Amino acid sequence: MKFLRQVAAIVQKDLAAELRTKENLSAMIVFSLLVLVIFNFAFELQGLDITVVGSGVLWTAFTFSGILGLGRSFAAEKDKGSLEGVLLSPVDRGAVFLGKAISNFLFISVMEAVTLPLFALLNNAAIPWFPLVPYVVLGTVGFAAMGTLLSAVASSTKMREVMLPILLFPVTVPLLMAAVKLTGGALQARDFSEVTNWFSILVAYDAIFLVVAFWVFEYVVEE
Amino acid sequence: MKRNSDRWLDVLGLATLVFIVAGLYMAFVYAQTEVNMGLVYRIFFFHLGSVAAGFFAITLVAIAGLAYLRTNSRAWDRVAEASAEIGIVFCTIALITGSIWAKPIWGVWWTWDPRLTSFLILWLIYIAYLMLRASARDDPRVARFSAVFGIVGFIDVPIVIVSARYWRAISPVLFQENAQGFTFGLTPEMIQTLVVCIIAYLLLFFYLLAQRVRLESLRDEIMAIRRARSAG
Repeated sequence: MKFLRQVAAIVQKDLAAELRTKENLSAMIVFSLLVLVIFNFAFELQGLDITVVGSGVLWTAFTFSGILGLGRSFAAEKDKGSLEGVLLSPVDRGAVFLGKAISNFLFISVMEAVTLPLFALLNNAAIPWFPLVPYVVLGTVGFAAMGTLLSAVASSTKMREVMLPILLFPVTVPLLMAAVKLTGGALQARDFSEVTNWFSILVAYDAIFLVVAFWVFEYVVEE
Repeated sequence: MKRNSDRWLDVLGLATLVFIVAGLYMAFVYAQTEVNMGLVYRIFFFHLGSVAAGFFAITLVAIAGLAYLRTNSRAWDRVAEASAEIGIVFCTIALITGSIWAKPIWGVWWTWDPRLTSFLILWLIYIAYLMLRASARDDPRVARFSAVFGIVGFIDVPIVIVSARYWRAISPVLFQENAQGFTFGLTPEMIQTLVVCIIAYLLLFFYLLAQRVRLESLRDEIMAIRRARSAG
């Protein structure tokens, strides 16, 4: 119970800080819209079957713009020196990780919730909300968990803005493959049995790295 | 005066040399030329040797990282760093020799087949590992950061391999021969050569590792002496 209260307190702190300025969220949303626009010119999406290429466009927008938010997650704490405050408070390190991961998950989800309808609108695509939304949520869970851990690592290095994508993208490749395949399956209205493998990979990835990140996080933030 | 550990290093170096010479002889003379691929197949002995050393290296990076997190001993961090540096060299050799092998056999330098894809991603993970080390060099926590990333990367590798296989299963198949392992039959001579080459590469890996760790501990020693001098 105490642990959950601690997690909730961290989430509340991050949400309050973000809602005060909304800097991070608006940057993420604008960026993901830009990715959609750039894709349109880079690939002439009008002529292509959006149900085939759409999942790649969506996940590029999600991950590229998600990484912006993840990067700020610890960089902002470092700059204001507030991370020390959080670590000095009698809060379990695991609770700090979970709190941070949940707030990152929420920010990325808001960005995705704006991006999806925009994507549908711009490309005249029909969005199969079910099962697309559960797939996106599952993909975002693993991305946010891994991103939170590696953002904590990257924020302590000299070139933190550059380091985060370099660290995060190679290790999230399996997650990205699974998410793209599942999203593609949903857009093409395929049967679930065709994508069961990918569903298992995605769930396994989420489970494994939530546990691993939760376990190693204390080594990353400890001074 | 020679230290005891230096003597062991010489023995290891000598054994490495013997195996490398034997491996070269066997790969170029002893093993017969493969019927379908011809002479070019001989690169496979060096290719697989570096793959083996590369995989061994990344395993050691994770083990040493884990040991470092448990013990906080600088020695483990040195092993992890050295292993990653040498491992990336072997992985790069594996990628390049693989490409040279692929060109005459498949007609292309590169194809997104599951094994190549997984290996490229593995290579990128450990490039990222070394970049992380370089960019946090002055931070006392660099050892912990890299231990964490080494462990995460190592756990990720099997997941990458599995997903690359599934990916392939759905997308169109371009190079069927490659899907089920080695399609050419290995003669006993070839297998013996392969074993000797893999041992040679592993010995070389250990020799370089020992030298690299030694270099790093000497550097630490000098730093300690300097610090003591400037303080005194």
